[in-house]
Amino acid sequence: MVCGVREGEKIMHSSVIHSYTAWRNSSLASIVLLAALLWLAGGEVAQAARIGDLGEVSAWQQALRFFSFRDAGLRLVLVGCLLLGLNCGLLGGFVVVRRMALVGDTLSHAVLPGIALGFLWNMDKDPVAIMVGATVFGLFGVTVVGWITRTTLLKQDAALGLVLSSFYALGICLVTMIQRLPTGNKSGIDKFMFGQAAALGENDIILMLITTVVTLVVVVVCYRGLLVLSFDREFGQTTGLPMHALHHVVMLLTAFAIVVAMQAVGVVLVSSMLIIPAASAYLLTDRLHRLLIYAAVIGMGTAVLGAFFSFLGNNLPTGPFMVLAGTGVFVICFLFSPRYGWWTRLWRLRSRRLRTEREDTLKAMYRVLENREFHGEGVSAVDVAEYRKDTVEEIQRRVQNLVKTGLATDSEEGQMIHFTPKGYQQACMIVRNHRLWELYLTNVARYAADHVHEDAELVEHVLGEDTVRRLERRLKFPNKDPHGKPIPSVRDMLGMTHEEEGAKMEGGYGYRP
Amino acid sequence: MNDFIPAFDWTRVVIDPWAAQFESSFWIVLMGFLATAACGLIGNYLILRRMALVGDAISHSVLPGLAVAFLFSGSLQIGAMFAGAIVAGVLTTLLIELIHTKSRVKTDAAIGITFCSLFAIGVILINVFAGKIHLDTECVLYGEISYVPLESSVKWLGGAIELGPRPVVTMALVFLAVIALIVVFYKELLVCSFDPTLAASLGFSPKVFHYGLMVVLSVVVVSAFESVGAILVIAMLILPGATAQLLSPRLPVVMVLSVLAAALSSLLGYHLGVWMRCSIAGAMVVAAAALFLLVWIFSPEQGLLQRWRRARRVDDGGESRIEENNGYSS
Repeated sequence: MVCGVREGEKIMHSSVIHSYTAWRNSSLASIVLLAALLWLAGGEVAQAARIGDLGEVSAWQQALRFFSFRDAGLRLVLVGCLLLGLNCGLLGGFVVVRRMALVGDTLSHAVLPGIALGFLWNMDKDPVAIMVGATVFGLFGVTVVGWITRTTLLKQDAALGLVLSSFYALGICLVTMIQRLPTGNKSGIDKFMFGQAAALGENDIILMLITTVVTLVVVVVCYRGLLVLSFDREFGQTTGLPMHALHHVVMLLTAFAIVVAMQAVGVVLVSSMLIIPAASAYLLTDRLHRLLIYAAVIGMGTAVLGAFFSFLGNNLPTGPFMVLAGTGVFVICFLFSPRYGWWTRLWRLRSRRLRTEREDTLKAMYRVLENREFHGEGVSAVDVAEYRKDTVEEIQRRVQNLVKTGLATDSEEGQMIHFTPKGYQQACMIVRNHRLWELYLTNVARYAADHVHEDAELVEHVLGEDTVRRLERRLKFPNKDPHGKPIPSVRDMLGMTHEEEGAKMEGGYGYRP
Repeated sequence: MNDFIPAFDWTRVVIDPWAAQFESSFWIVLMGFLATAACGLIGNYLILRRMALVGDAISHSVLPGLAVAFLFSGSLQIGAMFAGAIVAGVLTTLLIELIHTKSRVKTDAAIGITFCSLFAIGVILINVFAGKIHLDTECVLYGEISYVPLESSVKWLGGAIELGPRPVVTMALVFLAVIALIVVFYKELLVCSFDPTLAASLGFSPKVFHYGLMVVLSVVVVSAFESVGAILVIAMLILPGATAQLLSPRLPVVMVLSVLAAALSSLLGYHLGVWMRCSIAGAMVVAAAALFLLVWIFSPEQGLLQRWRRARRVDDGGESRIEENNGYSS
């Protein structure tokens, strides 16, 4: 028992160290990036023109203006978007992996009363007061969710929804009370709802920069602990890592990220900046450090795209556009991710099915040839149909497929079929796989000879080159299958060498039948 | 600070609404009650089925449905409104299922992605077609329940009987429909919520009832939407049911209690809103939350006080037993 735990620990440890070094390398890149951002932020911020000041200009001019970085105000907005994308993407990675997406949502709604109270502090949009108020209320909301689930029979989902909407309602009451007041600069507060990146001020950017740097430092320094926290908290506790403290640090950082992003994305949609980039990255990779980097990059990309679209539309809210840009990325990942994409998987299944179908037809042709002891060249479609117990039309459809892939040719309007060299080779290979596997089942696994055919029908398509070599050696290079049929030898297959297949099989030369 | 929190003036807060402005107070409180009660009844099933956050998702994604219905029909007729909401609601459920069955993304993230995206589309549609869609973003955020009395009233029998403002009448019909549906399908819903396998073996498909519930939910949410907005609807879905479920484990009792909680919170909330001069829908939810807080503390079975007292009693009992043991052995 103890030994098992040790073993597990060792494995875990080595994988942690491995990913840690990878992380070190990539974190260097992010630091360089941050330096570039700083450079971008510097320069003349003085006559910062707000995006909203523009009149009617053509979309092209707007786009040019956006991407030329000439405008100091725009540069500020851009830096803000990049920072918030980076920050939210990184933390979102942990949130999504730990299945806490809706905790993020609750946190982001629960900050509203805090924003209102922070605003009341000195009746102005003071970023620090707002940030403190918002963080306190956000974390308090999440704590209340914990209390409710622990002390009542209500489940977590109900508790989350309850806290989210109650805190939000309290916030709405406070905001409408503030709007009623005769004094104070109230203009900013409605921007918190749907977000306006153009409303970002210099102070906001500085706050964003600080929180992003803190997040980066914490993630790089505590990467090992965070990795264990995300996947196996109990294990972390048994090894003595400070899991509780790390959990609270992540929650605190998430609250900070939400609060600073709020002004650009808005209270209602800010949680999606955590969820969407990280969920997209989750579809692309299995390693946490890569997931974090992808999420950060996607986050920055979608934030900038969102700001750009809302800029084109003149004073439209930024948040929804950022979310939509993120949704676009997610849809692409959902469909086309190399490993987990829906479409990719369907395509893979379909090509596997087609290959199986082709191989079955080739095998049937081979068997027909074999039954008349390889006299003559062509095979008639009727014979193949009879062998496969299929209709002639179906066989002809399959043959068309073979013709298209260059494995066979047909004559007499599809009545006669001929192998191409490559096709004959594949037919030999598949029959060989089939009979080797049958022999393995009877001789080694001790199956009855009349039970092995169905199994071999399935396995013949998936036996890899290596497995076949091992089967040969294990069965001492046989030439007869359990039913007494000859197993096509490698020489049979190479007699009609096709350049690629031949090259692949060179390893098999040394053997004698 | 006096500006911020107005002094409590008995006449202004309690007497006036029911004397001078009786008509408008009546319609607002009635609307609040009907919306909260209808949402609360459906919400009970959401809580039992652990789908509270699907309710959250649908209440957000009704927005693009409404916006598109507006674009197609020009004005918000009841048919177009319900059709848009039902399509949006079912689409949300389907999308959530699609994402979490066809990829490795888990349910929580799937819910988040779906409703954020749909809500974003809704907000953009409203902003881009501002001239054609008569919904402003404030209405989306916290509704316009105080404008309810100003809506044109529905007349019946050629103007002989005046029923009341359009949203209130719609909401009342929806409320009655919800009650009727719950009464008719009570047994089926009960079995489907607690034991889907048993339901399937008894011969009614849990899937049909699942989607049926989603359709009813969308209709309820959309009829409450204009008065309370997208996010406060979630409170009305969850708070009455959660409050009632802390008081009783029996579903029929819970149903009655959640309607009672709805009535109390809309009445108290209205007065709170008048006192603080803030958003009335928001105040109603705050009242409902306060009610929940009270029940959470004082509930006879699951309340915090009761738990605390029980824990202390157990502690005492434990200690006395130890003493007894000591006495026995010595």
